[in-house]
Amino acid sequence: MTDAIDTPPTGPLVIKGTPVQLIDVVKDFAGHRALGGVDLSVNPGEFVSLLGPSGCGKTTALRVISGLETISSGRILIDEKDVAHVPVNRRDIGMVFQSYSLFPHMTVRQNVEFGLRMRHVDRARRVFRADEALDMVGLSELAGRYAHQLSGGQQQRVALARALVTRPRVLLLDEPLSALDAKVRVTLRDEIRRIQRELGITTIFVTHDQEEALAVSDRVAVMSDGNIEQIGTPEELYLNPKSAFVADFVGISNKLPGTVSGTVVNVYGQHLPILGTAQPGEVTVYVRPEDITFATEGLPATVVSSSFLGSLRRTYVTLADGTLVAVQHDVIDQPVRDDEVRLRFKGRPTIVTARG
Amino acid sequence: MSRGSRPARVGATPGKTLSTVILVIAGLAFAYPLYALGAFAFQPVGQHSGFTLDHLAALGDPVRGYQYRQLWEGIQNSVVIALVTVALMLVFLLPAMILAELRYRRLRQLIEFVCLLPISIPTVVLAVGFVPVYQQVWKITGSVAWILAFAIGIIVLPYAFRPIQANISGLDVVTLSEASRSLGAGWFRTVWSVILPNLRRGMLSAALLTVSVVLGEYTIASFLQQNTFQTGLALLQHADPYVASTFALAALIFVFLILALIGAAGSLGRNRKAPR
Repeated sequence: MTDAIDTPPTGPLVIKGTPVQLIDVVKDFAGHRALGGVDLSVNPGEFVSLLGPSGCGKTTALRVISGLETISSGRILIDEKDVAHVPVNRRDIGMVFQSYSLFPHMTVRQNVEFGLRMRHVDRARRVFRADEALDMVGLSELAGRYAHQLSGGQQQRVALARALVTRPRVLLLDEPLSALDAKVRVTLRDEIRRIQRELGITTIFVTHDQEEALAVSDRVAVMSDGNIEQIGTPEELYLNPKSAFVADFVGISNKLPGTVSGTVVNVYGQHLPILGTAQPGEVTVYVRPEDITFATEGLPATVVSSSFLGSLRRTYVTLADGTLVAVQHDVIDQPVRDDEVRLRFKGRPTIVTARG
Repeated sequence: MSRGSRPARVGATPGKTLSTVILVIAGLAFAYPLYALGAFAFQPVGQHSGFTLDHLAALGDPVRGYQYRQLWEGIQNSVVIALVTVALMLVFLLPAMILAELRYRRLRQLIEFVCLLPISIPTVVLAVGFVPVYQQVWKITGSVAWILAFAIGIIVLPYAFRPIQANISGLDVVTLSEASRSLGAGWFRTVWSVILPNLRRGMLSAALLTVSVVLGEYTIASFLQQNTFQTGLALLQHADPYVASTFALAALIFVFLILALIGAAGSLGRNRKAPR
């Protein structure tokens, strides 16, 4: 257990960031390999997101870190100590779940105090800590309420306060925003990030929402089929995807036919630099919608639809060969269905995969 | 479209008049036998009308006391059997259901099948099966009534299982236990401090239903020749039908109270007001 529990009741809520490492972690479920040798290193105080589609192993990875699942092989280091065989209640982690997990028979305050009671913290400190944690999430005035008297967002705030009140070494967030409506999701997402930064707690966040992951994380690990495809800053993942899966999953990509020759790829007559290396021949080229622009000269296309997205507009066009292409552009341009337009690629480096 | 012009959904619910008629007919069919039972219980001997408390006064008459001794013993035995059955249910069934929900989820269907099985087997068949078993048991324990709790516990299973299961289904028991453990609680503390308090409604309903089933159980006690409330009542019926009717009515009222308590338990927590 953390020694932070013994700090004076009047001490500020500061949590020492702790490194977390997964080394070749394998998890098998009845013949199915959920994690296929995952290596992950999270720095002290870092906010890392595990991002991926359903069934990619991101929640399993979080659960093995928490101790809610055992591992088949490998090592899990928290603060450089192997905790693979330490039960969940002794790992000293804080966890927020996807479904509202407040104890229904307890008030908000009793919920927040629960972890401290389990650690035999005396009443005066419990009260102080609970007030401090509730204050941090802005719910001090609701301390006497029960879970069913709170909104979903409020419940997750309380769950966050409850997870942090014990000053855990690591905070694990298992899709805590997915049950909330869009506006609350954005607000709470930013609040989680603010609190995480203020406390300096190492945080691992599981989500299938790429926008959420890119918005709040120091680094994002994109997972597929039980493995980490790529880990990097949001910018790295978006601008320099290492694989077609990452290029396809993070953001929107147009998949266009091309031909590699040397270090460039020819896409509809235009040459684009390649990210990494590729064998000469027929390939699929991943081009972001914002890397295509309307021009007076270029690839002819016909507008299919156009959507206003607030600060920008996304227009879908079809090429002469029937390929559907998304173009992201300024809201000033307002193409309408059946408009004839011309496209140009901006020339940013792009990822390619061999076409089978 | 305005609310007033919305067409009525034909056949969706009966109209108010029809509902009232159905309620009155059902109420009469239910209430008249109870009224007849009550009227008979307080009728003077040999008359078809009138009201007297003489039959109840006879309960305290030392001369006629021997007539009722067996009934009093039967009530005591039934109370003890009810308490032991509730204890068995809480000690065996409840932990099994919680364990199945938290750790061995594949066993849930098996437990449900086993618990609901007694409802499809006639009690007489069960009782006949119990006879040779209890002959051996009583060789060891002597002929004590509370041992019947093990047999009655089996016919009680479906009634105890359902409310607990309904309560468990309404909770996300797995997430609650995971949250509790992630906060530092072990399995015992998790079950004791988090799961059980949230199963109070189910446990209370199961316990009350168990008590009402035990108080109404006749077949097993009769086959195993034990003196319980129902067997005592059946015997008293021949000696003093007036007092027997009084006790039958009292037992029914008691069961109604139990059902009312279950209803009240069901609404526990729902009406909790937010503090100002």
